[in-house]
Amino acid sequence: MAKIIGGVATSHVPAIGAAIDLGKTGEDYWKPLFDGYIPSKKWMADTKPDVVILVYNDHATAFSLELIPTFAIGVADEFPPADEGWGPREVPVVKGHSDLAWHLAESLILDEFDMTMVNNMPVDHGLTVPLNLMCGQPEEWPCPVIPLAVNVVQYPPPTGKRCFDLGRAIRRAVESFDQDLNIVVFGTGGMSHQLHGERAGLINKDFDTRFLDDLTADPERLIALPHIEYVREAGSEGIEMVMWLIMRGALSDDAKEVYRFYHVPGSNTAVGNIILEN
Amino acid sequence: MKTDKIEFEDIPGTYLFNADRSKAGYHLNMFCMSLLKHDNREAFRADEAAYLDRFPMTEEQRRTVLERDWLGMIKTGGNIYYTAKLGATDGKSFQYIAGKMAGVSEKEYADMMLAGGRSIENNRSKSDPGQNG
Repeated sequence: MAKIIGGVATSHVPAIGAAIDLGKTGEDYWKPLFDGYIPSKKWMADTKPDVVILVYNDHATAFSLELIPTFAIGVADEFPPADEGWGPREVPVVKGHSDLAWHLAESLILDEFDMTMVNNMPVDHGLTVPLNLMCGQPEEWPCPVIPLAVNVVQYPPPTGKRCFDLGRAIRRAVESFDQDLNIVVFGTGGMSHQLHGERAGLINKDFDTRFLDDLTADPERLIALPHIEYVREAGSEGIEMVMWLIMRGALSDDAKEVYRFYHVPGSNTAVGNIILEN
Repeated sequence: MKTDKIEFEDIPGTYLFNADRSKAGYHLNMFCMSLLKHDNREAFRADEAAYLDRFPMTEEQRRTVLERDWLGMIKTGGNIYYTAKLGATDGKSFQYIAGKMAGVSEKEYADMMLAGGRSIENNRSKSDPGQNG
């Protein structure tokens, strides 16, 4: 039987990818941020998951206004790094886990979560930056990755409750898979940030701190947060944090926090990282 | 107007990418999307106005693109993840674009972020002190 052993939440700022690609991680601006991820990388290397289910959002890369799936799961054997306007990042091709991905798609749909199934899906910084932050810059990613893309660009994204419930359903689906696999779920994006308008640059450390606290202390409060609260308090793009609730739902009710890191700024964004274990 | 829409529109300096903006901005955003392809970037750079003829956007949207009026693009239905592709074509960072939209230089904007970012205080509602509500 497959099982979920841990959960990771992390921001996925594109400038972090650029800093890695351009060899700037040791510079004064970036060093504190990358230092904060050293324990996270160690946790990842020690935990050695067989598969990562990586919840992220596509930033108008594989999808556009032509087609906007709320929840899309990548079922292919591999996913190439996308060209986001300056050529594809030179990171390894992301290898999928097609058998588990199809099992998840089937189980989730029969469990009344109507997933979009995707074979052809280039993956952007939303997926590759979290892999870098948690795994460094290996020749190959250490395990297969199942991308799960959530629409958070076109209003409305799915509600926090819907995301949490999807996480629960992912846990049920994983536990009905007949291979012995240890799985880690990533929820990515956030934390507070606003990239557009005259209010660009908004950061709300208090909101972020309470969000980190309540992932373990009071998930019910987070599940009930309406979209207006995220947009007003954490910035228009801070609403990405609903994706963290998919990860939270996939873990057990009494999951424990084993690591936390918070840093401002990562370019325009408050960067948060938390690791939970079942 | 629906209650939730009134609440979102009350947030200062924020243009939620809702149905109205998505409808209005479709061709502007799909122009930006086209810049993900190398050949399209080259064609746009060679003759911006001619390239824009391929996309039936409004005159005002064309102006915002040609003049790199980043806030104007957002106000006419552009979404930041799309307009950032025009920024990438120009070799400009998110921080540069954000500074332009906020009406400050790239340096001032970067300094604000280093100092902890824009405060949430008096930035929740157009009726807050200091807003033009």
